[in-house]
Amino acid sequence: MKFIDEFRNADLAKAVVSRIHRRSKRHVRLMEFCGGHTVTIMKHGLRQLLPETVEMLSGPGCPVCVTANRDLDKAIALAREPGVIITTFGDMLKVPGSRSSLQRARADGADVRVVYSTLDALEIARENREKAVVFIGIGFETTAPTVAASILKAEEKGIRNYYVLPMHKLCPPVIRALLDSGEVKLDGLICPGHVSAIIGSRPWEFVTTDYGIACVVSGFEPLDILQSVEMLVEQLEKGEPRVEIAYRRGVKPEGNVRAQELMNTVFEPSPADWRGIGIVPGSGLGLRKEYGNFDAELAFDIEPGPTLEHKGCLCGDVLRGVKTPLDCKLFRTACTPEHPIGPCMVSSEGSCASYYHYETV
Amino acid sequence: MCLAIPVQVKAIEGSEAEVELSGIGRRISIVLTPEVRVGDYVLLHTGYAINVIDEEEAEETLKLFEEMASLEDELERGSP
Amino acid sequence: MKPSNDEKILLAHGSGGRLSHDLVEKGFLPAFHNPLLSKLDDSAIFEAKGRLAFTTDSYIVTPIFFPGGDIGKLAVCGTVNDLAMSGAVPLYLSVSFIIEEGFAMSQLKQIVTSIRQAADEAGVKVVTGDTKVVNRGSVDKLFINTAGIGLVPDGVDISGSNARVGDRVILSGPIGDHGIAVMSKREGLKFASPVKSDCASLNRLVAEMLEASKEIHCLRDPTRGGLASTLNEFAVQSKVGILIHENSIPVRDEVRAACEMLGFDPLYVANEGRLVAVVGPNDAQRVVRRMRQNKYGTEAAIIGEIRQEHPGRVVMRTRLGASRVVDMLSGELLPRIC
Repeated sequence: MKFIDEFRNADLAKAVVSRIHRRSKRHVRLMEFCGGHTVTIMKHGLRQLLPETVEMLSGPGCPVCVTANRDLDKAIALAREPGVIITTFGDMLKVPGSRSSLQRARADGADVRVVYSTLDALEIARENREKAVVFIGIGFETTAPTVAASILKAEEKGIRNYYVLPMHKLCPPVIRALLDSGEVKLDGLICPGHVSAIIGSRPWEFVTTDYGIACVVSGFEPLDILQSVEMLVEQLEKGEPRVEIAYRRGVKPEGNVRAQELMNTVFEPSPADWRGIGIVPGSGLGLRKEYGNFDAELAFDIEPGPTLEHKGCLCGDVLRGVKTPLDCKLFRTACTPEHPIGPCMVSSEGSCASYYHYETV
Repeated sequence: MCLAIPVQVKAIEGSEAEVELSGIGRRISIVLTPEVRVGDYVLLHTGYAINVIDEEEAEETLKLFEEMASLEDELERGSP
Repeated sequence: MKPSNDEKILLAHGSGGRLSHDLVEKGFLPAFHNPLLSKLDDSAIFEAKGRLAFTTDSYIVTPIFFPGGDIGKLAVCGTVNDLAMSGAVPLYLSVSFIIEEGFAMSQLKQIVTSIRQAADEAGVKVVTGDTKVVNRGSVDKLFINTAGIGLVPDGVDISGSNARVGDRVILSGPIGDHGIAVMSKREGLKFASPVKSDCASLNRLVAEMLEASKEIHCLRDPTRGGLASTLNEFAVQSKVGILIHENSIPVRDEVRAACEMLGFDPLYVANEGRLVAVVGPNDAQRVVRRMRQNKYGTEAAIIGEIRQEHPGRVVMRTRLGASRVVDMLSGELLPRIC
C-alpha cells in the first residue's frame, strides 16, 4: 500500500531509533495530543523502543473521549424522540452517558444507525423524507469541514430533514487551556497530523512562542512518529524549540484553505465542554445563524435530564495527561471494553482502550 | 477523529471521485480538494478527500530516512 | 399452475401440510438424496461405534450471498469444521431452516444446492432437517441451524487445554478473507480482484495432519473474533503464554488494504476456512509440509510458540521488533473511523 508500507519499514525505523538513542541526553516529556497517534504508539510498541530519557504522555485528542456527559445525554435524548433517525460514527455508539448510551437506546427501540460518512447520513435523509435524520457531529478540525460540506450539500439539494447536533471541538484552544492549567509540564508536543492537514502548522506557533514548547506535526505511521520524536529531541538538545512539520507529505504550513473556508462558512467558534477540563471558550464549533435550520439543538426541544458523572472514573485526569490509565482503580476491574465506565475505555482511540488492548509486556 | 488513508484518484465525476487503495475502489467526495487531478493521491477521511498528498515530499522524507540509516550504519561499524 | 420465476415461500410451506411436503419432496430430497433422509421418518437412525463428537451451530450471516459462498455453504463447512477441530471424522448433519415469509424460492433452491455441494465435498450426509416459515420481519430472510455428528478415532485427544510449553503455533493460511468478503459487500467496496470468503471444510486437511503427527495438541478454526480470540482461548484454557510474530502471519494484500479502508485489524476478522494448530516442536515442520500439500493449506506457516511467561496472554512481536499484548476481541468489531 503506497504511502503506508514505506512508512512501516522496520530497517528504517531501527535507524531512527538508533539516532534517537544517540542524540537524547536530557530527560524530556513529550505529549502526543492525538488519539490516533496514541494508537500507533501502542500498537507498534514504540515506547519500548525509545530511550528512558524520552517520556511519552498521552493527551486529550480523542474527540469521543472529551465529549462531556451532558452532550452525550443530548444525543441519547434525541434518539428517543419519535420520528428521529440518529446517524453517528461507530465510536459513539457505546459511550456511556449519565444513564444510558446510544447502543442501549437502540436496543430499546430507537433508530440509531452507524455511518462511515456524512454522505451516508444524507442518503438516509433522502430515503426517509418523513423522518428527521440527525447526524451527531463530533470530531476535530479534520472532520468539521466534512460535516460543513454535508450541510452545504443538503442546502443545495433541498434536503430539509437533515440536521446536525454540533459537538465539534477545536484543538489549539484546548491545548492552551491544558498548558495554562499548569498541571502538565511538557517539553515537546507531537501535533495532530490530520487536524494540521486542515488548519496548517501556523496555529501551533503559540505553543512555542507563549510556552517555549517544541512542536512537531506528525503523521500516523510508526516511522512518522519516530521521526517526530527524533525532531523534537533534536530541537530540545539544541535548546531551539519551534514548530516543524515532519508530516510534509500531508501538511502544508497554510493547511487546506478550501476546507477552512467551508468550515468557517457553516460554523463559528463557540464554548465547548471538554470532559475533565470543563468549558473552554472558543474551543467548539456552533452552527452559524444562516444555517440554524440544520441545527438539531434548535429544531428539537432536547431534555437530556440531570448530568451525572461516574464516581471513580479518572478519564478527566487521564485526558489531561496527569494520570495514566494504570493509575485508575477502575481500569481492568470495573471498567473494561465490555462494560466501560468512561469514554476513554470505549473509544478506539481512548488512552484506556489503547492501554487495555495493546499493553506491553 | 484522525484516521485518514492515502488513496489514488482514478476518475473524477463532478464533486466525486473514484479512488483506489491496492486494488480496492471506493467513491468519495472531493469538495474539499477541488484542485485534485486523476492520478493524484489524496488523504481519505470519512468519505472525503481532505488533502492532496505531496508525492515529492514523501520521496524526500523517505530519502531522509535512508540517509539516516546509512549514517547509523557507518557509526555502528566505525565505533571501536 | 406453473410456478413463476419469483415464486415465494409462504407460511403454509412451514405448516406441515401439503405445501410443506411438496417443499421437502421436490425441494430438499432431490438435493440431498441419501437413504437415511429419503425414509422421511422423524429421526435418522444409524449405528456408530466409538467416541462420538456432537456439535451444533446457527448461521445468521448477512448478506446471505457473498463472494466465495453463501449461508448454506457456510452452514456445512462451519459444522464440519467444528467436528474436525476435535479430530473427529464428520459423518452426519442436520439442517434446519427458519425462513422469512416471502423469501424467494429460487434463492432457497440455490442455497440448498450449495449445501449439497458442500456436503459432497466434505463427504458428509444431511440426514435430517426441519423447516419453519415465520411472518415477514420475524427473521432476516433466512437462518440456518445445524447439528453434526462425527467419530473420534482412537488415540486422538485434541483440546484447547493441551498446549505445552515449547509447542509451535501453526496457521493454515492467510487471515481475514471471510470477514472482508462479507463486510466489503455490505460497505460497497469495489475490488479489482474480489476478495472471496475462504469458507471451506477442513476435515480432510485435519485427517492428513493427524496422519503426519501424533503431537497435534490443539486445533481450532478462528471464526468470530478472529485469530486473536482463538489464540487467547488456547492461552487461557492451557494456562500458557503464546508468542506470535507479526512478520509470519500471512495476510493477503487486498485484505490488508480493505482492513485499512474499513478500519479493521486482520487479527480480529472472521475466517471460515482456516485452522490454528498447536503442535509439538519436533513435528511442527513436518506437519506444515504435509498441510501445504492440501489445497486448503498451501500457505500454512508456523507463526509462533507456546511459552511459560505471561500465562493466559498472547503477545506479538511487532514488525518493528517491539512486543505488545494481543487481546481478545471485546464487543463487536466496530470499525475505527477515527
